[in-house]
Amino acid sequence: MSKDVIATIKENVIQGRKTQEDVGIDDSLTGTPGVVELVQQALENNIAPQVIITDGLTAGMQVVGEKFSTKEYFIPDMLASAEAVGTAMDIMKPVLESVNVETKGKLAIATVKGDIHDIGKNIVAILLKGAGYEVHDLGVDVPEEKVVEFVREEKPGYLGLSALLTTTMTEMGVVIKALEENKLRSSVKVLIGGAAVSNEFAQEIGADAYCIDAFQATKVLEEFEIAKA
Amino acid sequence: MPRKGILVDKPYGRLTREQVELIHQASMQILTDPGLISFNREAVDILHSHGAAVESIAGDRQSWRVKIPEQLVLNAVDSAPKTVKLGARNPDNTLIMHGDEPRVYLITGSETNIWLDVDFPTYVNKADPTREIRMPEFKPRRGTVDDLCQSAHVCEHLEMVDGYIRTVNIQDRDITEDNKDVNKFFASLNNNTKHFMSGLTSLKQLDNVVRMAELIAGGEKALEDNPIISFITCLVKSPLQFVDDTTETFIEVCRRGLPIVVSSSPQAGTTAPIKEAGIMAQINAEVLVGITLGQLVKPGTPVLYGSVPVRARMDTLGDSYGSVETSQYNIDCVQMARFYRLPNYSTSGVCDSKIPGQQSSIERLFSDIVVTMSGPQFLHCAFGLLDCNSVFSLLQAVLDDAHFKMIEFFLRQPRIDQPELEAMLKQVREVVATPQKLYINYIRPVLRSGEISGVYPFEGSGEVDDVFELAYERMNELLARPVEHIDRKTTARIFEEIPGILPRLNIYGSRN
Repeated sequence: MSKDVIATIKENVIQGRKTQEDVGIDDSLTGTPGVVELVQQALENNIAPQVIITDGLTAGMQVVGEKFSTKEYFIPDMLASAEAVGTAMDIMKPVLESVNVETKGKLAIATVKGDIHDIGKNIVAILLKGAGYEVHDLGVDVPEEKVVEFVREEKPGYLGLSALLTTTMTEMGVVIKALEENKLRSSVKVLIGGAAVSNEFAQEIGADAYCIDAFQATKVLEEFEIAKA
Repeated sequence: MPRKGILVDKPYGRLTREQVELIHQASMQILTDPGLISFNREAVDILHSHGAAVESIAGDRQSWRVKIPEQLVLNAVDSAPKTVKLGARNPDNTLIMHGDEPRVYLITGSETNIWLDVDFPTYVNKADPTREIRMPEFKPRRGTVDDLCQSAHVCEHLEMVDGYIRTVNIQDRDITEDNKDVNKFFASLNNNTKHFMSGLTSLKQLDNVVRMAELIAGGEKALEDNPIISFITCLVKSPLQFVDDTTETFIEVCRRGLPIVVSSSPQAGTTAPIKEAGIMAQINAEVLVGITLGQLVKPGTPVLYGSVPVRARMDTLGDSYGSVETSQYNIDCVQMARFYRLPNYSTSGVCDSKIPGQQSSIERLFSDIVVTMSGPQFLHCAFGLLDCNSVFSLLQAVLDDAHFKMIEFFLRQPRIDQPELEAMLKQVREVVATPQKLYINYIRPVLRSGEISGVYPFEGSGEVDDVFELAYERMNELLARPVEHIDRKTTARIFEEIPGILPRLNIYGSRN
C-alpha cells in the first residue's frame, strides 16, 4: 500500500501534478489525486516523511531533472514539478519538525530596491523550494534595512539578490555592505543573479556566488550544503 | 487526402489591381508588337491556324515572327484548368492546386552539376594547441546517380518538402544523353513517393519515362487519374523567342495530357528590361504565349504559370537570385497568375552564396519568407541549392526544411475569437490574484499540442555554434531511415520494358 502511494507520488511529481485538478504531461493521471492529496494520504497512513521525501518527491524530481537534461522536458515542466514538491514540503513541515528531521537550508530571496522585476527571482524561488529548501520570498523593491532585519531575525543560511537593471544592480553592493555593518555578513552566503550582473560583478561587490539561472542556483546551494556538512 | 501545404490567409501582394491590369494590357501589346520570334515550325503552324499573324524572318536559322491576337490568349487562359492535380506514388502526397487559393506547396530542385560534400576536420589553435575546434569543410564534385538517389531519399523524409524536382545532374561515366532521362526518373521515383517533376534531356525518352510512370501508377488510365510525374520546359528564351527543341518537347508533353510548367526566366538588365514594369510585362507575355500554345495543342492541358524572373548582377551580369528585386518580381508574377486564376510555379531560396553559411541563410530566408507570403501554389524553393542553382548541398536542404517549418508556423492564422478571449480573461484574473503572478503553469497544456513553436532544432550548446554538425547528424539519421521503394514486380517490369536503366539501380538485384 505504502509502496503504491509513494510510487504514485513520484509519478505525479514527474507529471508535475500538484492537485487533482491539474493536467499532467499526458492524460494518464487526469482526475486522479495529485501530489498534495497523495502526500496527505501518505501521512494519514503513517508513512515516514523521510520515505515520502526520498522515494517519492526527490526520486520524482530526479527523473524530471534527467528529462530536462535530455530536452524532453522544458522549464514549465520543471517548475510544475518543483511547485508540486514545494507545496508538499509545506504540508510536511510540521511533521518534519515534530520528528526532528533536518531539512535543507533556509533561503531569503529578494529583488533589490528600485527594481520591480521578479520573473527570474520567482522561478529561482519555485525551483529551490522544490529542491527542498525553505524559501522566504521578501518580494520586489526591497530596501536593505528590510533584508538586514530578516537576516538578523530569521537567520537564513542563504540570501539571494536579484536585479534586472544596470541602474539597480549597485543596490546589491549596498545590501552586502549593510550586512557587514550590522556584523551579519559571515552568517549568510549571498548569491546574486539577474540580467545585469555577472561573475565579475559578484566578486567586485563581495558576493559569494553569481548564478546565471535557477539551475545554477540549485547547484551552487548544493555545493554550499556539501561544504557545510 | 492531399498534402496540406501552407495555406496563406492573407497573401502579400505588391501590385494594386490597377497595376496588374496595366501589366496584362502591356503584355497583350507586346504579343502583337513586336510579337514572338519562333524557331519552331510546328508552333508557328499551330498559332497561325488559330489566327496569329506570321511572317518569315530572314537569317541563318529559319525563324518566324508571330503576332498573337489578344483573344487567342484570353481563350487559352479560359481553357486552361484552374485546378491542377499533381499525383504521387503515395496518394497521401498528392498536391491539389487551385489557381485562386493561396495554398503553397514546397518543392525541391532544380538540377545542379555540383554536389557538395561536407566533412568536419579539427583545427588546432596555433597560439594555444590545447584549443581545438571542428569546422565544416565543403568539397564540391560532379553529381552522380547515387547522389540523386540519396537526395531523393532524404527529401522523402523532409517534412516540409511536398514534391521533388531532381536536385542534381547525373554525370556518371555510363550516363549518356540517351539514358539520362530514364535513370533520373527511376532514381528519383524509386527513392521518393512524392510528386516528381522533371525536364527532359532527350525528347526520344519521353515515351519511355511516361511508360515507366504508367507501370508505377498502374496503367495509362491510372496515370491520367494520378499523374505521378509532370514536366517543366523552358520553351521561351527571353526575350520572346520559342526555342526549337524545347518547344517541340513542350508540344509532345501537352499531347500526352500530363501536367506541365510553362516556364520563363528572363534576367532583368540583360534579357529583359531592368525596370520592374518592363520585366513584368515581358515575362507575363512569355508565359501566356506558352500557355496559349499548350491549350491549342490540347485544350484542357494542365499547366502551371511558371515564373523564374531574376535580376542581373552588376559585377558579372550573371543571375543574382539573392537580390531583393528577384523576390519582388516573383511576388508580382504570383499576383499575375492569380489574376488569371492559374496555379503558379514560383521560385524562392536560390542564393548567390557558394557554401552554406550566413550569406546563404540570409539570402534564401529573405526570399523564402516573402515569396511564400505571396501564396504561389507551387513554390520551387531551392532546397539545398547554392551558387545560383549550380551547387547542391544535402546539408543545406536539411537546414532549409527546418527554416520552412518556422515559416509555416509564422503563417498560421491567428486564433482570436470570443471563446478564446474569454478563456484568456479568466487566466489573466487568476494569475493576477496569485503572489507570483506568472502564467507559466498555463504553458504546459499547449507545450506539446503544437500550438507554440519549438526551439531551433540545430541550436548549439552555450556559445558554440553547432548548427552544421547537428544538421549533419540529422541528415545521416534521415539517410538511415528506410524509404518505400517501387515493389519488386513493378521494378522487374520497368527493367524489362524500359531500356537504359543502370542495373545497379535495381535494389532487388539484376535477376529480381
